[in-house]
Amino acid sequence: MRGNLIWVLFRRELASYFATPIAYVFIVIFLFLSGIFTFYLGNFFARGQADLSPFFTFHPWLYLFLIPALSMRLWAEERKGGTIELLLTLPITITEAVLGKFLAAWAFTAIALILTFPMWISVNYLGNPDNAVIIAGYIGSLLMAGAFLAIGSCISALTKNQVIAFVITVVVCLAFILSGFPLVLDFFSGWAPQVIVETISSFSFLTHFSAISKGVLDLRDFIYFLSLIAFWLFATAILIEMKKAD
Amino acid sequence: MVEIKKLSKDFGSLMAVNDISFQVKQGEVLGFLGPNGAGKSTTMKMITGFLTPSAGSVTVNGHDIVQNPLAVKQRIGYLPEGAPAYPDMTPASFLEFVAQVRGLRGSNKQSRIEDTVKKVHLEGVLYQSIDTLSKGFKRRVGLAQAILHDPEVLILDEPTDGLDPNQKHEVRTLIKNMAEEKVIILSTHILEEVHAVCTRAIIIADGKILADGTPAELEAKSQFHNAVTMTLHCSTAKAKQIRQSLLNLPGVQKLETLAKNNSMQSYQIFPHAHRSIIGEISQHARNQQWKVEELHVNKGRLDEVFRSITTV
Ligand SMILES: Nc1ncnc2c1ncn2[C@@H]1O[C@H](COP(=O)(O)OP(=O)(O)OP(=O)(O)O)[C@@H](O)[C@H]1O
Ligand SMILES: [Mg+2]
Repeated sequence: MRGNLIWVLFRRELASYFATPIAYVFIVIFLFLSGIFTFYLGNFFARGQADLSPFFTFHPWLYLFLIPALSMRLWAEERKGGTIELLLTLPITITEAVLGKFLAAWAFTAIALILTFPMWISVNYLGNPDNAVIIAGYIGSLLMAGAFLAIGSCISALTKNQVIAFVITVVVCLAFILSGFPLVLDFFSGWAPQVIVETISSFSFLTHFSAISKGVLDLRDFIYFLSLIAFWLFATAILIEMKKAD
Repeated sequence: MVEIKKLSKDFGSLMAVNDISFQVKQGEVLGFLGPNGAGKSTTMKMITGFLTPSAGSVTVNGHDIVQNPLAVKQRIGYLPEGAPAYPDMTPASFLEFVAQVRGLRGSNKQSRIEDTVKKVHLEGVLYQSIDTLSKGFKRRVGLAQAILHDPEVLILDEPTDGLDPNQKHEVRTLIKNMAEEKVIILSTHILEEVHAVCTRAIIIADGKILADGTPAELEAKSQFHNAVTMTLHCSTAKAKQIRQSLLNLPGVQKLETLAKNNSMQSYQIFPHAHRSIIGEISQHARNQQWKVEELHVNKGRLDEVFRSITTV
């Protein structure tokens, strides 16, 4: 793995978001929806508490639809346009290509996330929030976005069709969110042994994300998200190697 | 040198490339000919490391494409079929990107890019998005990307497809000028191109090599090779006698009448075993004092050879 090459691929990829309307549409919708969720659904003012937890609570749901819209093009577009042949006959490895593209998409979500800073300024203006918890929330949210993107990258590698990539990614991500939902866990806890219920719940984005966003920085949650990212990126590389010409 | 040994590729039950072997040396320009679906692009995709062979091997200057793909890819410039490029980039940013991936740096990079842009005449569209370029310009961008790093081996899949006649000519000249210090493999459906640039041609169909040789050698396979076309003035009454006297010449195998009317006869005269019979015939015509209007030798045409060996 050569960092300078990943950096070259990363820059091209990130620039391509801003060369098309994708970047602007995504950022505007992301900011708009996080505003709506926080202020209307999250009762930001009525709660009378100076923190951003209503903002972060909705992130898994926001990501569920927005991240697949971002990740669906990662590989499907290269396939469709035939540029995958160009890319993979340049002197780079598949791992470098997968990482460069993924990191660019991740950096892009980081930019969108950073642009929510007025939210953070407002709570500081309105009260005295615990800023450490807020930073933890941002970190957790970014990690979760990375996991969503890695899943999306893998599914995008499977098809030429961006719509199919989008739909399947939403379904898989939904499974990862719901596996921590009380409703789902109750369904299993009725009959399945405790270990299984705990395993299912331990795979949930919600479980790990809510821990981090409450300001509890547990190494295990970091490892969870990072290993999830590593696993799905590894799968992406293998799938591309196997299916690059189809 | 590019060495291809017993290369095969199957897609499920379809053998797209079936046990192909050949070598191309520095200075050679190899033209890859064959009907649609023959396996030309598939072979090129294996040489450039995009597809993994089902069997066989490809080595480029001693490096095996499967064992050491990066070493091979560094040495190759490749124009894939259809000249794909990122539509949201401009030729300038695209070439910059490829140059960076190819490891070109600083002033060397700058001069390589400028040089290449000049060679394929992209100056006018450098800052226009590739999406909005015409087909011919897209092809030129693809070509620029392939020759940017002055590679030892050039693989070009239909490089002149979609170019105007001037550009076709320019690209052929470009290829010829680069040929000396490179190995060049190109595929084409334009047979005149084989004459114009290739030192050697391979005809493949259904994944197999059917012919391999210089353009002249391939033409010699034509049934018209060294056949003589003759038109002469004579009356219909004498025609039969003339035909018979031609057939009596030792080198002549058969004769076809191409056209006839009251005062003119036109024949196609085929030799035994592609021998040269023009001397014999012209001598005979002079002896007989025929009034010959036209007399010439056919070399055989590549398209005719192509048709005869690729259609069963
Ligand atoms: N990814 C693939 N999956 C299945 N079949 C394929 C695939 N790629 C190529 N083929 C088949 O392999 C055969 C050879 O195709 P190839 O593209 O090499 O032909 P070609 O000689 O380049 O033809 P053309 O002159 O039309 O470009 C064709 O029958 C094609 O349908
Ligand atoms: Mg082809």
